Amino acid sequence: MTTLRRVRRSPGMMLGALVLLVMVVGAIAAPVLVRYDPLALSPSDRMLPPDPHHWLGTDGFGRDVLTRILFGGRISLRTGAVAVSLAIAIGVPLGLSSGFYGGIVDRGVMRLVDIMLTFPGILLALVIVAILGPSLFNAMLAVGISASPTYARVVRAAVLTAKPLAYVEAARAIGCPNARIMLFHILPNVVAPIIVLGTLGIAGAILAAAALSFLGLGAQPPQPEWGALLSEGRNFLLNAWWIATFPGLAIMVTVLAINLLGDGLRDLLDPQLRS
Amino acid sequence: MKRFILIVPTIVAISVIVFFMLYLTPGDPAIIYLGDTPATPERLAQNRHAMGLDRSLMVQYFSYIARVAKGDLGRSLRTAGSVLGELEYRAPSSAELAVAAFSVTLVLGISLGVVSALWRSTWIDVAAMVVALLGVSMPIFWLGLMLIFVFSLGLGWFPATGFGGWQRLVLPAITLGLLTSATLARLARSSVLEILRQPYIWTARSKGLNERRVVGRHVMRNVVILLITVAGLQLGELLSGAVITETVFARPGIGKLLVDAILNKDFPVVQGVVLLIAVVYTVINLLVDVSYAYFDPRIRFE
Repeated sequence: MTTLRRVRRSPGMMLGALVLLVMVVGAIAAPVLVRYDPLALSPSDRMLPPDPHHWLGTDGFGRDVLTRILFGGRISLRTGAVAVSLAIAIGVPLGLSSGFYGGIVDRGVMRLVDIMLTFPGILLALVIVAILGPSLFNAMLAVGISASPTYARVVRAAVLTAKPLAYVEAARAIGCPNARIMLFHILPNVVAPIIVLGTLGIAGAILAAAALSFLGLGAQPPQPEWGALLSEGRNFLLNAWWIATFPGLAIMVTVLAINLLGDGLRDLLDPQLRS
Repeated sequence: MKRFILIVPTIVAISVIVFFMLYLTPGDPAIIYLGDTPATPERLAQNRHAMGLDRSLMVQYFSYIARVAKGDLGRSLRTAGSVLGELEYRAPSSAELAVAAFSVTLVLGISLGVVSALWRSTWIDVAAMVVALLGVSMPIFWLGLMLIFVFSLGLGWFPATGFGGWQRLVLPAITLGLLTSATLARLARSSVLEILRQPYIWTARSKGLNERRVVGRHVMRNVVILLITVAGLQLGELLSGAVITETVFARPGIGKLLVDAILNKDFPVVQGVVLLIAVVYTVINLLVDVSYAYFDPRIRFE
């Protein structure tokens, strides 16, 4: 009851969730909502400004911008979700074992995490793309892998707080096997920070993947990924500003919504995370 | 002192990763190194020997390190120019951008964050944090393009691309600085709020010190400590952002060099740039740690 009331008192979070829902529904329903094919070239309709037929105008190949943005939404949202899932899949087990077993496992994992973190921000993702080659899939991999150290660290910290708790000691005392302890007693404490980090992480992943695509290292043409759309629009900035402006707005609105939701979740679930 | 020693294994680890980058790539390194030139079996064998691929991995690694120590980072596959030379040529552009953007970040981020915290829950706070949230959610490349559109193509105040002269620095520095300052503002705000809750602030207030003195003396001094760490953390964001900003504004900097090299599969250049950036980042982090210890007496006497 109190949780629901706290949710209602947070307008930002509600707004974020609502906007996000709209974007997700729009993305899923994209093929049904639009009349145009996002990939069909139409030279006679090149670079039309926004009008009743093309609400957001057309691009340099005559493709409807709104359609491409909606279909791009599917790509971007999916990329964000996959990258974060990957980061969680890598980071959480590492953090769990590191915090739980301690000793040499802990030192080893933390050394690995530190090494990964010596590469600032996008650099690690760039290195991975450099090795694997530019493609949307590799960009997803790169963003996911470069995000995993943070999850490992946060999970480890949560485990270290949970370990000394009375019921963990009790479970161990009655001979509960380690794996069971980790799964049933420690993991529940760890879930809250993961939810918050994951939500905010999707926002970061969408931005990072869009950046990689913008640079030509992610989604390749003619995929309508939002970052790639911006890269296309860059050449037409003077004559057809709408080609670059609206995809960028789409990114910003989506990421903003996710951030609002994530911030709200953080205040709700784990105020300690604020620092 | 101990920290200076700890930096060595870190740099070693970086060099190992950079070195192994080439070998992790799917495909025969000899073929990769030849680039686009057709690879006859004789050329491959010749190349393999020249690259020393017929020696053991350890030997190869150490000869790589030896070369790097002498300043030889190899030659670009595309231009055949020395990698070190390319880096030297492009360093000024990146350095200029980094300094300008960082200044913007510090000034804007800290003032916004501190003001927000001091006038907490007023419209100033809300407005500032809304702006900061927008900044954090905005893609850098979009902001850059929009700024170009308005101030360059539209109003004609500043040139859109290139390097040289302060006019060419304004838009890129604002783009990069604005977004990093958004994160800094949010962090600064929570840091200051954290400090304001401390017992010694209550003490100072209950002593009857006027608010200005409380803020000026007690709060700010501790704020500086926290903000050094926080600003240091921004460096990573700044470096990542610089890569994108240089591409958007077509500045001949190290970031753009990296992106182009990746697209061209120019491995020696990629290795050289990554090595440089990672090492610089590590060294600066070390300096931040050390200065943090200097400013916070509690750490110094640990």
